[in-house]
Amino acid sequence: MSFKMNFKFKDRIGQARDGIRVYLHEPVAIMEKELMTYFYTPIAYIVITAFLVVTGIFFFKDFFYFNQAEMRGFFQLLPLILTLVVPAVTMRLFAEEIHSGTIETLMTLPVTTVKTVIGKFFAATIFVTLMLAPTLVYLVSIIIVGSPDPGPIIGGYLGAVLLAGAYSAVGILASSLSRNQIVAFIVGLIICFSLWLIDKIIIFLPNKLAFLEYFGTDYHFRNISRGIIDSRDIIYFLSIIVISILLTTKILDDRR
Amino acid sequence: MITVQGITKKFGDITAVNNITFSIREGEITGLLGPNGAGKTTTLRMLTCFLKPDSGTITIGRYNVDDNPVEVRSIIGYLPESAPVYGDMIVYDYLCFIAAVRRIDDPRRIKEIGDLCGISEVMHMDISQLSKGYRQRVGLAQALIHDPDILILDEPTSGLDPNQIIEIRNLIREIGKKKTIILSTHILPEVEATCDRVIIIDRGTIVADDSTENLQTESGGRKRIIVKIAGAGYTALADELRNLAGVVKVEDLHDSELVSARVTSDGGGDIRPELFKMISGRNWVLYEMVQEQRSLERVFRDLTGGGAQ
Repeated sequence: MSFKMNFKFKDRIGQARDGIRVYLHEPVAIMEKELMTYFYTPIAYIVITAFLVVTGIFFFKDFFYFNQAEMRGFFQLLPLILTLVVPAVTMRLFAEEIHSGTIETLMTLPVTTVKTVIGKFFAATIFVTLMLAPTLVYLVSIIIVGSPDPGPIIGGYLGAVLLAGAYSAVGILASSLSRNQIVAFIVGLIICFSLWLIDKIIIFLPNKLAFLEYFGTDYHFRNISRGIIDSRDIIYFLSIIVISILLTTKILDDRR
Repeated sequence: MITVQGITKKFGDITAVNNITFSIREGEITGLLGPNGAGKTTTLRMLTCFLKPDSGTITIGRYNVDDNPVEVRSIIGYLPESAPVYGDMIVYDYLCFIAAVRRIDDPRRIKEIGDLCGISEVMHMDISQLSKGYRQRVGLAQALIHDPDILILDEPTSGLDPNQIIEIRNLIREIGKKKTIILSTHILPEVEATCDRVIIIDRGTIVADDSTENLQTESGGRKRIIVKIAGAGYTALADELRNLAGVVKVEDLHDSELVSARVTSDGGGDIRPELFKMISGRNWVLYEMVQEQRSLERVFRDLTGGGAQ
């Protein structure tokens, strides 16, 4: 009996996996195309270089001063840097398609709008994650010189990927609002920056509004990057992603 | 194959398409003809589910556009106006992308479609570097890659040189043997050259819907016949012609060698037998008698009020 149930359960998982594979076929195709386009154009290299230079400066600024084998300086500023970088990565995703008219080809392919948005979201998130990858060099260098606490570093990178996802989804939403990439960038920047800023301005607000802190990205990022992985923080980032994707889908469908 | 029932689309205060109804049978090549801004592109965009009609229904194959947009899109190949394609990709990667989204696994299909559309030699080039003609063909390859039942082409030959236009037309004719094609254009010879059927739209409404042949000859009712004779003066000929039943107008063509006249009849019946009997009865020599084809251009100008927009 128990074997039979087990067997059935495995079957279910297999079915679900096949279902996901079928569902994600088009999003993955769109993602591959977007990633390819990123690396065809110089944008990718410019953004990655700028990102590494800036994070490098902040990583090493206080590193020798504190004489600690940790990446706190890097993770402290990462949310703010991503606020600036992610909208630059996502700005073209829909704005350019609307501007050049390719949206007409894209939206008349046999793909639902939400799948298109998911594909672009994957592309942006993976691109930002790839951009974070070279910073592992810092990690290697501190492992060589000392013995860092793994918790904050694992948490920091997990938080960074979640943050990259949340900002990417918000940036794509901004990109679907305009045919102008600069406008898309600025709108994305404003939304991301506001999300970053919320928990910083809380001290100016009456106590009753203190709950607003929970809406801030930096608040949740700080929690995770302390090395404490709490489901609430993960749910926060996932909610931002889901809400932004659904809003983007709605906006694109309403254009019809 | 395609049934369009009373569709209307408004953009703000402007009614782009106003309550159009038509249906297209399988295997027909239909030309959607109209001046700029008549609503051709809007109509095609609604057929391809890019735009949603404000009212009315569209059925394509077995599917309703509202309920099954994804299924509809999968049986349609669409070449949008001015063929927007991703400039910063190479042709091959672009076609691979379209093939992947359309779930075509066979890589040979890309080569096949490249040969069919004549883009094999530019496969490795950036699309942004291609000429207009090549870009149009890449767009066409994109529309044909999944071997769709229905092909919708929005101004497929605009911006091409005369040789390319003929090539594309031949390609459309070739493909049209097996598929249902709708193409929009404001170029009249294009319709005459490629389409079995014409739908003329003006200011969002259908003003004519008939086979190309019928529109060319019948629809205005009036027929024009050119007569060239010898053996009499123009005045004598003209007098006799005016006496024939059904003749509305007689004009002198001022031919230097023969006496020629253009006769316009009211279209009630064919006047040619009477005309011939009259001329032979007078012992005049008939050199030529031709019924003018009413060119589509005139139909178009008559129906769309000069076509100026």
